[in-house]
Order: sequence, then structure tokens, then C-alpha cells
Amino acid sequence: MKMISRSLIAALALAGAAMSPALAASGHTDNPPAQKWSFSGPFGTFDRAQLQRGFKVYKEVCAACHSMKLLSFRNLSEPGGPGFTEGQVKTLAAEYKVKDGPNESGDMFERPGRPADRFPAPFANDEAAKAANNGAVPPDFSVIAKARTYSRGFPMWLFDIFTQYQEQGPDYITAILIGYEEAPKGVTVEPGLNYNKYFPGNKIAMANPLIALFDDNGKAQDPGFYTDGTPVTREQVARDVSAFLMWAAEPHMEARKQTGAKVMIWLTILAMLLYFSKKKIWARLEGGH
Amino acid sequence: MSEHHSTYVPSTGIERWLDARLPIVRLMHDSAVSYPVPRNLNYFWTFGGILMFVLIAQIVTGIVLVMHYTPHTSMAFDSIEGIMRDVNWGWLMRYMHANGASMFFVAVYIHIARGLYYGSYKAPREVLWILGVIIFLVMMATAFMGYVLPWGQMSFWGATVITNLFSAFPVIGEPIVTWLWGGYSVDNPTLNRFFSLHYLLPFVLLGIVVLHVWALHHVGQNNPTGVEVKDYAKDTVPFTPFATVKDLYAMVCFMIFFAWFVFYQPNFLGHADNYIPADPLKTPAHIVPEWYFLPFYGILRAIPDKLGGVLAMFASIGVLAFLPWLDTSKVKSGAYRPIFKICFWVLIIVTILLGYTGSQPTDKPVLTLGDRTVLDMVGFAQILTVIYFAYFLVALPLLGLFEKTKPVPASIADSVLGAK
Ligand code: HEC
Ligand code: HEM
Repeated sequence: MKMISRSLIAALALAGAAMSPALAASGHTDNPPAQKWSFSGPFGTFDRAQLQRGFKVYKEVCAACHSMKLLSFRNLSEPGGPGFTEGQVKTLAAEYKVKDGPNESGDMFERPGRPADRFPAPFANDEAAKAANNGAVPPDFSVIAKARTYSRGFPMWLFDIFTQYQEQGPDYITAILIGYEEAPKGVTVEPGLNYNKYFPGNKIAMANPLIALFDDNGKAQDPGFYTDGTPVTREQVARDVSAFLMWAAEPHMEARKQTGAKVMIWLTILAMLLYFSKKKIWARLEGGH
Repeated sequence: MSEHHSTYVPSTGIERWLDARLPIVRLMHDSAVSYPVPRNLNYFWTFGGILMFVLIAQIVTGIVLVMHYTPHTSMAFDSIEGIMRDVNWGWLMRYMHANGASMFFVAVYIHIARGLYYGSYKAPREVLWILGVIIFLVMMATAFMGYVLPWGQMSFWGATVITNLFSAFPVIGEPIVTWLWGGYSVDNPTLNRFFSLHYLLPFVLLGIVVLHVWALHHVGQNNPTGVEVKDYAKDTVPFTPFATVKDLYAMVCFMIFFAWFVFYQPNFLGHADNYIPADPLKTPAHIVPEWYFLPFYGILRAIPDKLGGVLAMFASIGVLAFLPWLDTSKVKSGAYRPIFKICFWVLIIVTILLGYTGSQPTDKPVLTLGDRTVLDMVGFAQILTVIYFAYFLVALPLLGLFEKTKPVPASIADSVLGAK
């Protein structure tokens, strides 16, 4: 039996690599460094201030190219999110122009946004997006934090079941934002592409978007960009917008984990009661089992 | 189990009246209360009940999902995200359903392995076993079509790869694929028919499960000794309360395992690419099926010829149906068969390794000498495929003739209480 269980473990170990689909895809792409997230683990919650900062980065930098069409302004004030007040959301929505109509005379018209409106997309369609971005379409942000991952490799992915590590998405996005570098010697980067050590294949069509906030030495153009006193550094900004995107992809994550804790406690108690009932009932038999 | 007579006694007037007209309460009493179960069953026998629970859970969550889902290529993806965001408890329904499919396969693989190890497929349980193989096939079809519904990248490309397999058949291949697709590529008509069938098949499954349980209750359960029940009073206990409480306990433990994924790792068993909306113009770097299909996908890719691969893949499941006649041993339970036991574990390990090959690029080296590749993934899968089939077609028929088995207890009661 021992031999069997040992060989079974060996087989499981080999099969382990099975669950790392991106493994082969990544040529010499570095693995994103693991960040600390307030929302990791069974009791994790989003850091409201971080989500608000991340939203500011999205709104002032990324939104120029990336849509987020499954989210509405109202989501920003819903429980488990950035925690803006309804008043703030109303004011924010009104800053946007939203196409509506047709009116009684059959014309489309523009009006100020309302909390129930979806975030307007920066481009009318994919073709327009392509034309403005050297032929690449900036992906929609609604679920991007769940749509990107990297290979954990064996045996890490097995441990992940127990540690509940599932922040590959935000780790990857953070890495992309700080992963722009000079291309190593011998690597030619075609015009319109940029070298990034964390992007699969290393050549990404998006130019470093944080250029907008930092000068060449990585110093903040506007040290007062954050109004809550958080230092404006490349890493901080990258983490903040990644956390925001995680919330955008999984707006009910807090409710999910909190419900999970209740369900787990309830099921464990039920299991214990059933275990003792089972013991008691089977004890009636000679020889039990 | 024909000697086991009904012990139901209607206790009220209404029950007596109904019993004379439609003995449905009697049926329920006989199958869930007084039904005799071998007293020596271990926890591997609780997975049937667990499977029943998962099937019901899939049907209930599925019906709620359908209320909010839109089966159209331009809306399917967003409608599922709508469920996740705007439907009350929608995230729970969706994550339960998506992870429930994986749980279904976890449970069914344990259930099948139990049957293989204890020889549960042998007389008089051949029909029961074959019904199980059919359930497994229908489950696979259901899960495959369900995975297409969110219309993400893996949905679309998985559907394209798998339906394309049928084009391997000469002459009829192409027309079959066009017929499956309802057009000349995987598109809206494909999504619509998959949706229709994904709703239908679970109920077909339910029907086959009823037959499966009927057959089970007719022949009785096998048990770890493989010795049939000889004396009801000594060898069996009534289903209620003995099996009921044990099954419930196991079911709740399984629910804890299930809940771990639903609440804490809901996307662990899935594929990140399926959160990218389907794009027929952009092939993902790696098209990988869900984990529960990987061993069969490994066999498919082991054969360089497309038609050969498809046939080998279907044969690897089809061969299960012939097990009752391929296994020639008089002894049912693997517990008394030393060489069989080794072969069984080899089969389990080989199946897991086949799953590993199915998940990897075919040209990935497995064994290298210097910088020469001695064995690549395909070669490795070929070796494993040969061992997989050898278990069924060589080991089982021959072992029955040559293996020296250990002494089998005279009865179930003897095995529990010790021979007197
Ligand atoms: C000037 C337009 C532009 C801006 C501004 C911009 N992006 Fe991008 N982004 C793109 C384009 C174009 C791509 C597609 C890149 C490719 O496919 O090579 C992209 C791709 C991405 C990806 C996906 C990479 C992958 O793995 O496919 C992420 C993540 C991303 N951007 C994050 C951001 C964040 C965060 C911001 C704001 C801080 C931002 N982008 C601002 C144009 C932009
Ligand atoms: C045999 C039981 C079943 C299995 C194994 C199964 C399997 C699956 C799988 C694997 C998915 C894809 C999950 C995802 O990635 O999101 C899915 C989706 C879906 N299923 Fe099922 N299913 C079953 C029963 C049902 C039933 C009975 C219904 C409805 C009556 C149903 C309705 C749906 C719907 C609407 C979706 C799309 C929503 C979604 O993807 O989350 N399913 N199913």
C-alpha cells in the first residue's frame, strides 16, 4: 500500500504540470512578482481607499484607450466596492456625455450621464480602436483581471488549492505596468511595439501608459496626484489600478468570501453532528463498522 | 434480491387507500427505508448518493441560470457577466454550476474506480454497469456543451476542435460536421442547438439514473469482499437509518470540498481564456479542454492519424462496457487479488499521466539525452495508451486464468465478525 501511495503521489506530481496551461506559451517571459493584496485569503476585503485611487488612475489614464462596458457608474457606490457616496457618483456620472435617444423628433442626442449608465467606451468600435493604436485593440477592462493569468508551474498550483492563491490576474497586470524596459541586445522591437519583460512574447502594442504620470527618472509629474497622502510611485499606481480592476471583474468578491465563511462553519457543524449520529447508530450493531 | 419482500405496512386509512391504487409510498419505503445494504460497505460506496446530489444541484442551478442567460453569440458572454453582477445571488448560482460540473467528474471518477477495484461490473451487475457507462458518456456530452454556452475563447475553440474530430470519418465526416454546426463554422446555430441539448440531456441523465438505481435495487449492492449476500439478517442492515446517516455524513463532507472551490477558488478549475469573449479570428496559444477530459484528449493526440485518434478515444471509454466479459476472474474483489491490485494502480497512474500529456504541447520533450529528444509528449502518450488498453484487453482476461488469489471469506458477516 505504501508503494502504491508513493507512486500515486509521483504520478500526481507529474500530472501537476498539467494544470499550467500557459507554461509552454511563455518563451522567456518572467513570472510576475507576487504582490500583497488586501483581498487575498478567505477573509480578504478590498481596501476602499486603494480602489478609489485605482479608479482615479483608470479614469485619468487607462480610460483613454480601454473600455469597461459591463460596469455602470452606480457600481462605484455599491457595497463591497470603492465606497463612493451616491452623491459623488451622481456628480461623477454627470461629467460624462452619454448618447441617448431617439427623442420625439427622432434625433439622437447627448446628455449628462446618470448613475445607471454604463461607462462610455473611448472608441466607437474595434476598427476605430485599432486605427488609433497601431492595429491593436486595447482589451475591455470589465473582466480583464480574471482573463489574464500566468503559469504557476508544478508544484505551486497544487499548493494554491490550500493557500487559496488566486491573484494571478492583478499580479500580472501590476507586472505589465512596471515591466517596460530597454529591449535586450539582439532583440529587435518593431515600430509600434514595446519591450515588456512580463508580456508573453515580450512585445506589447501598448506603450507604457504610466509615462503620463511619471518622468523618465520615474519621478511623479504631479506628487499631489493622490489626495489621500499615499506616495505617488510607479509600483503604488500599478498596484492600485490592478486592485481596482480586480474589483471590477469580481464586484461581489467580499460577499462571496463572507458567505463562504458562514457556509463553512454551518457545514462543519452539520458534518460533526452527522459523524456522531453515524457512530451512535452503527454502534447498535454487533461488530459495528 | 427477489427474496427480499416488501415490509411496508400502511398505517393510516389514506395510505391504505393510496397503496391499493398507486403503491408509491410502498416503493419509496422499500427503496429508501427497508432496502437491505451489505453491512460492510466502506466510504467509497457513498459516492452514488453524492452523484445524485450533484446532479440535482446542477439541475437546480442550471434552471435558475437559464432564466437570465441569452443564447446568442453577441449576448451570451455579457448575459453571464450580467448574472454574476446584477442577479441576486447570481454569482453563487453560476459558480456552483461551473464548479459543480467539476465536482460531478471528481465524484464519478471515484465511483468508477470503486467499481473497477471491487469488480462491481461482474455478474449479476453487467446491466447496472453498462447503464453507468452510458451515464458517463451523456455527462461528458452535457459538460462539453455547457462549457460552450458562456461563449468565451475556450468555449468557441474547444467546440471547434471537438466537433472537427468528426470530419476524420471518410465520406460522411464533412456532412456530419456541417450538420452538427448548422452551418459552415461554429456559430450562432451551433450555440443554439448546444443550449437546447444542454437543457435536455440532464433530464435524459436523470432517466438513465432511475434505470441505474432500479437495476441496483434489483441485484443489490456489491461490497468490499465481493461475496454476495447470503443471509439478509446477518449480512445486511436496513438502508434507513444505517446507510442514510452514513451517506448524509459523506455528502456533507463532499459539500465542504465543493464549497471550498465555490467560495474561495471559483476560477481555479476553469481557464482564464474563457473570460475573453469568443473571437473566431484569434486562435488561443493553447486550446486545452477542461481537466476532466484530459486523459481522453491525451489518447486522442497519441495517435498520429486523426481517424485513428478519434477511434482510440471512443474505444478508451467504450471498452469499459465490455469489462464484465473481459475480466475472467472468479474472484470479484480486488482485495483478494494480489497481481490485479498492482495492475489496477498502474491503470490509475497511467490515466493520470495521460491527463498530463493531454495538457501539454505535443512536441514538448519528456526525456532528453544531451540535446537530443529521446521521447516527446506524443511518444510518451503512445506508451501510456498501450498500457491503458493492455489493462483491459490483456491483463484482465489473462489474470483470471493465472492469478493465485487469496482466500475469500465465506460470508459478509464472517468478514466483519470473524469466522466462527
Ligand atoms: C494609448 C492607449 C492605451 C492606454 C492609455 C492604456 N492602454 Fe493598455 N493597452 C493598449 C493596447 C493597444 C493594448 C493591446 C496590447 C497588445 O495586444 O499587444 C493594451 C493592453 C493592455 C493590457 C493587456 C495585456 C495582455 O496581456 O494582453 C493590460 C492589462 C493593459 N493594457 C492595462 C492598461 C492599464 C492598467 C492602463 C492604465 C494605467 C492602460 N492599459 C492604458 C492601449 C492602451
Ligand atoms: C448533468 C448536469 C450538468 C452538467 C455536467 C453541466 C455542465 C455545465 C458546464 C461545464 C457549464 C459551463 C460553466 C461555465 O464555464 O460557466 C455549464 C453552463 C451552463 N449550464 Fe449546465 N450542466 C448541467 C446541467 C444543467 C441544467 C440542468 C441546466 C438547465 C436546466 C443547465 C444550464 C446551463 C446554463 C444556462 C449554462 C451557462 C451559464 C454558465 O456558463 O455559467 N445546466 N453547464
